[in-house]
Amino acid sequence: MRRSIYLVLTFIIWILLTWPFADGTVDLQVVVAGIIASAFVAIIFHDILPKEHHVFVSPIRIFWFLVYVPVFFYYVTKANFDVVYRALHPQMPIKPGIVKIKTNLKSDSAITALANSITLTPGTLTVDLTEDGYLYIHWINVKSDDVEQATCLIAQRFEWFIKKIFE
Amino acid sequence: MTDIIGYFLITVGILFDIFGCIGLVRFPDVYNRLQASTKCVTLGTIFLLIGVAFVSATGTISAKAIICAVFILITSPTAAHAIAKGSYASGVKLWEESVVDKYGEDMKK
Repeated sequence: MRRSIYLVLTFIIWILLTWPFADGTVDLQVVVAGIIASAFVAIIFHDILPKEHHVFVSPIRIFWFLVYVPVFFYYVTKANFDVVYRALHPQMPIKPGIVKIKTNLKSDSAITALANSITLTPGTLTVDLTEDGYLYIHWINVKSDDVEQATCLIAQRFEWFIKKIFE
Repeated sequence: MTDIIGYFLITVGILFDIFGCIGLVRFPDVYNRLQASTKCVTLGTIFLLIGVAFVSATGTISAKAIICAVFILITSPTAAHAIAKGSYASGVKLWEESVVDKYGEDMKK
């Protein structure tokens, strides 16, 4: 099951990259090479690819993912204006530090998604995470060094979505 | 029309890239510089690639540009995390005016 899902996904990426449908015909050579290559990838690398393959075939999770994309994009844009403001301001109003936050997410993919979302959004950068669900975040403008309050300010808005998508 | 949108997006992307580079030069330590480089340069490059997708307006090039944008979106924060953790592990200190360092406190325990 997992292998076939990854076979299909890899094959879609191959088709998009090579696009063998030029001038009305299908270039069979490219398609066959693509099937062989994606079978190779799916069989050999299915162990190291994400274990949450059910995400790709569940409509509800895909729906929440599509809702998450614009929300995420809004925060990324906001983050950019924030960093640009701090970079261009003559006094450079930064107050950096590393804080600790707690997450309730369990699966690897969910924590990866959360860490990446945190890195791309307002003034925060994931430095490390521990086995028991704590993340260390470099924050460009520290508002609170308390674990609960920092969690509230940094992670909560993403955690809710990521839980819907991955768990 | 798609041309105008495309060139507008490319301009915005280049502006973000420039601001990211200014931040990279001005900020005081590795971690703050990573903030500038990951955020601004990621979004700037994604805007650039989406702009390219609009300008070219043919299926193949647009698809490639969008796929590149997705890969950058996934890999760039991961790389930033790896650099941050690596520089902390090899002993790069935080800027002396930093407010708090929970990571260092927990490492000493």
